Amino acid sequence: MINTFSELFDTYSWEETSKSIYAKTAADVEQAMGKTVRNLEDFKALISPAAAPYLEQMAQLSRALTLKRFGKVMQLYVPLYLSNECNNICTYCGFSYDNKVRRKTLSPMEIMQEVAVIKEMGYDHVLLVTGESNQSVHTDYFKKVLELISPHFSHISMEVQPLDLEDYQELIPFGLNTVLVYQETYHREDYKKHHPKGKKSNFEYRLETPDRLGKAGIHKMGLGVLIGLEDWRTDCFFTALHLGYLEKKYWKSKYSLSFPRLRPFSGGLEPKVEMTDRELVQLICAYRLLNEEVELSISTRESTVFRDHIVNLGITAISAGSKTNPGGYAVEPESLEQFEISDERSPAEIADMLRKQGYETVWKDWDSSLIGL
Amino acid sequence: MLTIANKIFSSRLFTGTGKFSSAAQMEKSLLASGSELVTVALKRVDLNDQDDDIVSHLRHSHISLLPNTSGVRNAKEAVFAAQMAREGLETNWIKLEIHPDPKYLMPDPIETLKATEELAKLGFIVLPYIHADPVLCRRLEDAGTAAVMPLGSAIGSNKGLKTIDFLEMIISQSNVPVIIDAGIGAPSDAAKAMEIGADAVLVNTAIAVSRDPVAMAEAFKLAVVAGRMAFEARLGMINSQAVASSPLTSFLND
Repeated sequence: MINTFSELFDTYSWEETSKSIYAKTAADVEQAMGKTVRNLEDFKALISPAAAPYLEQMAQLSRALTLKRFGKVMQLYVPLYLSNECNNICTYCGFSYDNKVRRKTLSPMEIMQEVAVIKEMGYDHVLLVTGESNQSVHTDYFKKVLELISPHFSHISMEVQPLDLEDYQELIPFGLNTVLVYQETYHREDYKKHHPKGKKSNFEYRLETPDRLGKAGIHKMGLGVLIGLEDWRTDCFFTALHLGYLEKKYWKSKYSLSFPRLRPFSGGLEPKVEMTDRELVQLICAYRLLNEEVELSISTRESTVFRDHIVNLGITAISAGSKTNPGGYAVEPESLEQFEISDERSPAEIADMLRKQGYETVWKDWDSSLIGL
Repeated sequence: MLTIANKIFSSRLFTGTGKFSSAAQMEKSLLASGSELVTVALKRVDLNDQDDDIVSHLRHSHISLLPNTSGVRNAKEAVFAAQMAREGLETNWIKLEIHPDPKYLMPDPIETLKATEELAKLGFIVLPYIHADPVLCRRLEDAGTAAVMPLGSAIGSNKGLKTIDFLEMIISQSNVPVIIDAGIGAPSDAAKAMEIGADAVLVNTAIAVSRDPVAMAEAFKLAVVAGRMAFEARLGMINSQAVASSPLTSFLND
């Protein structure tokens, strides 16, 4: 039995995988479409260029499968940036260590000021976000934050630096429900180029983070890559491989996938690979056709028009009214943001847009009493 | 009339509250279904909020709430959640759902049995969601369950009564009401469930996700009534061929 994803991952070659995706034909796509249970070879066909002419059919199927499983509802969540301190150099990120700007980590009082605004917007699910600064933003800090805010939210997610197994085990009883950890890219060599300095430059440690989360018994974990760094089809194949591995091994955890496209920030990297709207729709539908149960989430990186349409095609969770800078809601609206958001509508406006399309907004989908807190 | 734990139901269609496009749509649909027992996920309800959107749309004199524990992963969490539900929603009825597997939502038989024992002792009316397992049903009876809720197929799958052979065993030997809970995708599935002698069915996805949930709710209502009437009127046996002659035993008539 395989113990960590690395062992499985090492049996794959990036180049071979890439080649086999681009070799898929219309016949492969039609075969994949005709099945009810699809495998990774079918997924390759569905994300390949050969599937482009089948986009409308894929979308119809994706919509029907999503409605059946999730219903006419959409989960809403909002990020709360706690800190933009960071010791990593990441070529694509506004928080990168070499980006000379003033850094900030919120104090407990400032966190509560932010929480007040977020609660006012109607939220019950919050996503805590930080950079990676192990001196000031560490497990003890997270524990204090969870203690502080858990009375105000029934669902707390975290997108912070990868932690050790023991850290996760320590944080879960304090109300940590979900952890998102994106691999950024599964291309080992280019990963090093994009992360030249800091703890994040350790590809394997990041790759094995979901295994540690699974072992810690986390309720939900989120995977994804940053689209724009490498060939998205190959990167997303590895995301799907990772998901399938985790689902079998850590069968009590739920999973969600994200597909953030690289957004501009002051002085940042231009995307190496452009992914068109059409291709992003193809990817979302392909994920759904591969996996009926996985949650698919989309952020305010995407445009208003795109989001208005994409909610019908397979997405199950969206954010709204987001600020991507620490203190952005109340304390210090002008501080450094991680990336520019594109859809600036308020949560109420998003809920209204969803209502008009026949979707109910779900603000609450967890209760602390379910884990005896 | 159906009786569960001394409570009499004139409708044998139980319903769920998830997946609707709005609370108002849910209310209209449930009224059209005639359902008198409606299950609500504890995780979706704010127990501290008097005006909770879901609960406030269910305040009708003929509707009783059946809180469910969806989201818990073991007996301990289920018992705690049931106690919270009893306090918050003022009912000792609980639909016990322990599915630690979030992918297919398959119920955990071991934890479910444990939790049923404990909750029955604490005075709850327990309705456990289970696989169509005849032996587990007997064990649950011993543990003090008020009914059993075996699945027809996976939750939300709309695949119908894939477990029909085992459902028939359960129905034939059960001393408590049998409510077929999951996978019922069409009114014909519900009618079939009633024809084989189920005491009730629980339907959610097939109503909520249809294009016209109110009409679909009424269709299920009629199907359940028809299926029950057929059961009570005794269906004729199904023969694979016509029975014209008796080649093996006709010599007895000579």
